[in-house]
Amino acid sequence: MIEANGLTKRYGRTLAVNDLTFTVQAGRVTGFLGPNGAGKSTTMRMILGLDRPTAGGVRIDGKRYTDLKEPLRHVGALLDAKWVHPNRSARAHLRWLAVSNKLPEKRVDEVLALVGLTDVAGRRAGGYSLGMSQRLGIAGALLGDPGVLLFDEPVNGLDPEGILWIRQFMHRLADEGRTVFVSSHLLSEMALTAQDLVVIGRGRLIAQTSTSAFIDAASGSSVRVRGPELDRLREVITSGGLKADDAPATTEGPAALVVHDATTDDVGELAGRAGLVLHELAAQRGSLEQAFIQMTGGDVEYRTGDPALAPVAGVAGAPVGVPGQPGEALASQRTGAPVAARKADAR
Amino acid sequence: MTTLTLLKVERIKLFSTRSPWWCMGTAVFITVGFASLLAGTIRPRDLQDLTPATTQFSYNFGFLIMMVMAILAITTEYRFGTIRATFLAVPNRVDALLAKTAVVALLAGLVGEAAGVGAWALSRAIRPEAPLALDNAQDYRVVIGVGLVYMVATVVAISIGLLIRHSAGAITALLIWVMVVENLLPAIPRVGETIQKWLPFTVGNNFLYAGQQVGENNNATPSDMPFGAWGSLLYFAVVAAVLLALAVGLAKRRDA
Repeated sequence: MIEANGLTKRYGRTLAVNDLTFTVQAGRVTGFLGPNGAGKSTTMRMILGLDRPTAGGVRIDGKRYTDLKEPLRHVGALLDAKWVHPNRSARAHLRWLAVSNKLPEKRVDEVLALVGLTDVAGRRAGGYSLGMSQRLGIAGALLGDPGVLLFDEPVNGLDPEGILWIRQFMHRLADEGRTVFVSSHLLSEMALTAQDLVVIGRGRLIAQTSTSAFIDAASGSSVRVRGPELDRLREVITSGGLKADDAPATTEGPAALVVHDATTDDVGELAGRAGLVLHELAAQRGSLEQAFIQMTGGDVEYRTGDPALAPVAGVAGAPVGVPGQPGEALASQRTGAPVAARKADAR
Repeated sequence: MTTLTLLKVERIKLFSTRSPWWCMGTAVFITVGFASLLAGTIRPRDLQDLTPATTQFSYNFGFLIMMVMAILAITTEYRFGTIRATFLAVPNRVDALLAKTAVVALLAGLVGEAAGVGAWALSRAIRPEAPLALDNAQDYRVVIGVGLVYMVATVVAISIGLLIRHSAGAITALLIWVMVVENLLPAIPRVGETIQKWLPFTVGNNFLYAGQQVGENNNATPSDMPFGAWGSLLYFAVVAAVLLALAVGLAKRRDA
């Protein structure tokens, strides 16, 4: 388990990480989501004792990283796959890591086999492709068979096969009861990889929730429905107290109705009672990217210094209740903040 | 984490890349080669000047190369991010950095011995008739003591590398210090000579050459140095230790 408490990092006048408090549970893959430059890497470096927090602190299973004895046995990290001397072989790289934490040297061959690098272990790491470097980094993280694992943007630049491999690998690690904390700026990737999410923007916490709850809350709920008698269908739905809009025919499908704030159950039952035939009844989800931008966009826009474009900044800030920022206080009073409202209710 | 473990880690790191091997080989080869060139080409009437002290005159070559190696041992870690991997494996940065310093300094000491003894032995083999026998403590000190100067010098080099953290910058700073500052400051009128007596590498050199003549009318080291031979080495070592403490202390506080 990782617990960050009021974690803050300031570089000169820039606040890279701002009063971040979150927990990462064991036995689950927790995604650490935020746009580029949101402070994810800085946070990870502070978790691992590489960077010194300006304020606040992090505990891993109750201890600070720097207080861990033989830390590779407790925490494995892949922050940058290129943190290897290019003229050193993969085996030599893992060997010194193993020796440093008194791990048996046969463990080196085990992790090499685990990530499929046995055949190239004697080659200089500088000649590795990105995918191979990434595997070597993971081998290093797994060396001490740690209970806590941190990965910073592990799928960045990988081909589909590599992405799939890493995704499955993380699930396996979590299934074994380990704490897996993985950062990404891609929500679509996190939706497939992570069960829980810690979402940050501009160094501040936006949400900590399960992935499905985050997506549900962010994308709203509407239902697409279609049948041969579209006009009667609309009447039935409207008289049932729901609001239906026309969705004209597109390349993706023929003309249909979109019912807002309803479930497929609601719409199906209304149609059934009226004895209407349906050809399509489907829950509609907004795109994950849209949801993500809606949640974090304000924090990005805030940086460009255009307050007129930042109505959702407050949405982002509202659930964590960061005080003292006038823009947010204003925005959180807006009615157009359903996501934030729902998230706040859920708490 | 025991000291032995950390020393082993740094040993594996150092010897699992090729450049230290090249540096060590080159340091010994050039130092010994230059000394034997001197022995081979000296005119018979100057033969009485070919003393043990003279055979060590080329030690500057080797120890500059070893200092560059020492700088690279630390700056490449910053360059490639392996210093972060090191601090992840060994969160006690002071221990990790001191272990690296110890391994590099020890290695430089061995290289210094090989170069010093090699230069003397080869000169003797080339000119058996020259006065190259090790007759007194002074002779032993200048031949066998070279390794100690190498050791202290690499500690200085590691500290510079740790403070500057960039290969090119650190090597430039070192070369300017050793080759320019220590040679130019004495040229300042009136105070120059006094300053010179306290310059670390000049004092380190005095450990080897205190009271020795190298060649005719050529004082290898300024007269009336503040310390004797061993005092000079101690002074040089203290300067290196202070620099190292400063560098390690800073590395501990800085973000890796």
